Amino acid sequence: MRHLMSPLDFTTEELDRLFDLANEIERNPDSYAHACDGKILATCFYEPSTRTRLSFESAMTRLGGRVMGFADAASSSATKGESVSDTIRVISCYADICAMRHPKEGAPMVAAEKSGIPVINAGDGGHHHPTQTLTDLLTIRSLKGRLGGFTIGLCGDLKFGRTVHSLINALVRYEDIRFTFISPEELRVPDYITDMLKEKNIPFKEVIRLENVMPELDLLYMTRVQKERFFNEEDYVRLKDFYILNAERMGLAKEDMLVLHPLPRVNEISVEVDDDPRAVYFRQAQYGVYVRMALILTLLGITSLSK
Amino acid sequence: MLNVGKIEEGFVLDHIKAGKSLDIYDHLQLDKLDCTVAIIKNARSNKMAKKDILKVECDIDMLDLDVLAYIDHNITVNVIKNGKIVEKKELTLPGKIKNVIHCHNPRCITSIEQELPHIFYLADPKKEVYRCKYCDEKYVASAKWN
Repeated sequence: MRHLMSPLDFTTEELDRLFDLANEIERNPDSYAHACDGKILATCFYEPSTRTRLSFESAMTRLGGRVMGFADAASSSATKGESVSDTIRVISCYADICAMRHPKEGAPMVAAEKSGIPVINAGDGGHHHPTQTLTDLLTIRSLKGRLGGFTIGLCGDLKFGRTVHSLINALVRYEDIRFTFISPEELRVPDYITDMLKEKNIPFKEVIRLENVMPELDLLYMTRVQKERFFNEEDYVRLKDFYILNAERMGLAKEDMLVLHPLPRVNEISVEVDDDPRAVYFRQAQYGVYVRMALILTLLGITSLSK
Repeated sequence: MLNVGKIEEGFVLDHIKAGKSLDIYDHLQLDKLDCTVAIIKNARSNKMAKKDILKVECDIDMLDLDVLAYIDHNITVNVIKNGKIVEKKELTLPGKIKNVIHCHNPRCITSIEQELPHIFYLADPKKEVYRCKYCDEKYVASAKWN
């Protein structure tokens, strides 16, 4: 039985098959409307994450399956002191597959060890959020036509941003990727990542101002710069505008450059950018559903479609 | 000078850092064995000035010595049969260690679920880096006794 714990659990060949399936679902959604008839997805969310939970629920519902679960720890038996291992043993009797979100790192792995059904890590603290990374990769592959052969800029909080670290680790497995890290000094990408890139001879550069590098980017992955990450208010006020994407900065970018964002967006992308065809962050949310549909089918081993 | 007699079959763990023999005793779970164990503390050593030695008289297949490599790979393991040293074991870092060290990451699931085993896997043999199976928190083997 297969689970998904980390974005690197699947080989690049397995990811290709997963993304092919996701694109097939995108082209022919009706063909998959009953692929999971009679199957149940349990969404065990020990902390609230409405967007991720609804994306999973949408994915299973669009496959014809049903969904049950809880949306925060308060409505689960965790408040009575039940362990994750016990909960998953019980959930295994009720459902066919489980998506688990937990504030503690490694909780979905504990579940996977005792589970009778496939477990998907839907985010474990600051550790992994593999379905976000799969969403990012599928979006890039679908809209750029390839994974590799591009310069990707990652902008904002590169120090604490879990999605950024996961995406970098996933992208280094592909050919001819160049990274441009755009962040204030305080929020630079951690040393272990730059050390890894040096070891693999993958070109990267670190810059402070977004507009200086806009013309060279094929992709721009935006993240939020949070005020509480700064040591003082003065630095925040001085730097925050450097990391806001607006129409003027978009004017410096290539015509086929794409802007991604894991969402929710606050003010780091001006709403004036939303209508630019290169802004694909809402399409990214749509790809999040397709990739979760493909993942559910793959982990359930459903290969033939009921007519 | 204190004299401890020879053993017929078992192990002599030599060059243990002075004062650490009882920790090794615990990690090897020697308290659970019904055999003769000699713990020698602060013995004189040319190489280390002071060292500890453990002599364990038991079947040589009874002990899992992998954990020693994690704790201190400078320990010399002499395998004794018929009163003679038949092998000097090379210690290699084990691929996995269980309940030898505890994960101190407060965000790790092991911090709230007490019954979970603390399992670490060898992530980088060259740098002797172990990582928690659950949260990937990093621990360096050679830093253990420092």
